[in-house]
Amino acid sequence: MLDVSGLRAGYGGVEVLRGLDLSVAEGEILAVLGANGVGKTTLNKVLSGVLPASSGEIRFCGETITRASAAHIVAAGLIQVPEGRKIFPDLSVRENLILGSYRRGKPDRARNLEHVLDVFPRLRERLAQMGGTLSGGEQQMLAIGRGMMAEPKLLILDEPSLGLSPLLVEEMYALIRRLNTEGLSIMLVEQNVVQSLEIAARAMILENGACALSGPASDLAANPELKRAYLGM
Amino acid sequence: MNYPPAIIAEAMVNGLLTGSVYALVALGLTLVYGVLHIINFAHGALLTCAMFAVWALVTFTGISPYAAILPLALAFFAGGYVLQRYLIGPASHGDDSNILLVTLGLSIAIENALLAAFHADTRNLEGDFGFQVIELGPMLISRPKLIGFAAAVAVAGLLWLLLARTDTGRAIRAVAKEKLGARLMGIEVGHIYGVTFGIGCACLAVAACLLMPSFYVNPRVGNAFVLVAFTIVVLGGMGSVAGALLGGLFIGMVESLGGLLLGDSLGQLGIFVIFILVLLFRPTGLFGARA
Repeated sequence: MLDVSGLRAGYGGVEVLRGLDLSVAEGEILAVLGANGVGKTTLNKVLSGVLPASSGEIRFCGETITRASAAHIVAAGLIQVPEGRKIFPDLSVRENLILGSYRRGKPDRARNLEHVLDVFPRLRERLAQMGGTLSGGEQQMLAIGRGMMAEPKLLILDEPSLGLSPLLVEEMYALIRRLNTEGLSIMLVEQNVVQSLEIAARAMILENGACALSGPASDLAANPELKRAYLGM
Repeated sequence: MNYPPAIIAEAMVNGLLTGSVYALVALGLTLVYGVLHIINFAHGALLTCAMFAVWALVTFTGISPYAAILPLALAFFAGGYVLQRYLIGPASHGDDSNILLVTLGLSIAIENALLAAFHADTRNLEGDFGFQVIELGPMLISRPKLIGFAAAVAVAGLLWLLLARTDTGRAIRAVAKEKLGARLMGIEVGHIYGVTFGIGCACLAVAACLLMPSFYVNPRVGNAFVLVAFTIVVLGGMGSVAGALLGGLFIGMVESLGGLLLGDSLGQLGIFVIFILVLLFRPTGLFGARA
């Protein structure tokens, strides 16, 4: 459903993505893993149309979106939950969620809101509270809920476990798995290699702006090189 | 100096009424500041522009200035949108300090264009607007000011509804604080900036329609209002809509009472004393967000 080939992008003269290829199939979780600074967030920005690609091609559900606007990409159903959540701090939880369906999913707004609140009962308790007053974990739930309001065909999650307590991280991964079993395609962009490989169908390791290693998650988990480099074993 | 209570009360009421129109001017200024994070230096020139538009429309077509509110507000909304989206936005290349300079340049251009077109003469509307008063108990209240108050309150209410209850309003408030998050939800920031600037200009158009029956226009008149509006915005808190409203009413009263107690020429003294006091002791304003 998402096919990226030969993608190059960067900031000013500095190239961050150096000819990246990847694909996400319908209904799967693809984990994109890598250390800090290998280009994970840059990749997400290019996919969402907030940073232009310098070359390469991005196809989503049969449509070329390489040069499409961020609004067009959202309308097509490619939704990103960004690193650092980027929720609206002085809008209420309800308004944050409602704005998730600003561009897409508006006709079924009320139904989707109920669904999100069923998935995240904590948000239901805090509906009238300002987004900025939530705890880190609640803000992450809000960011994911806001993304779900847009009825995503593919949901990109950028470091959803960042800054959460180990217990909340567990909860977050359980939730991602649950969303996937309900039929949502997910691209999980993470530094947390072990837990991401547990729930992903396939994975790729990003190094220096290109794919260093990719394959079924179980193969990667057993890969001796990966174990040495990322798991310290 | 002892004034009978009725005179004081009348001054306060008149001040409140004037303040409501100040509030409208301040509302546009604070909204643009809150969302685009720039001081719109062209605000005064645009107000002058709107006042000339009212003058021309009323003088040449003979319609009532109050009938001009809706068409002028719509025209200024559209003009403001185009100005921001296709001139100020592109010319600033995404740098806030550039926007400042662009709006400053715009104000100079508008002012001089008006000077060329209308010369430096001071004009007002033909008619007896100034003499229309309503007796309210012992007080004499200016009818145009009373209408102005009602209309300003109605516009503020509409604006609040728009910001609180519509997707566009929510998007405006979202973009004010979290641009990237908004873009990732498919909100077009350039469009929202245009709408916000357009609303600011529409507020000016309404204010101009309400002012003209009891005021005059010349190519520099807007600046006096914007100076007061700026005080209101600082007093109420930069970017706060409620602050602009209450601040406007308060400043109107201060000006009116100042005029009564200190004489007309010193009437505005109180406003700027308050301005300095606020900057000294509460720089975030009464309703200002924490920095």
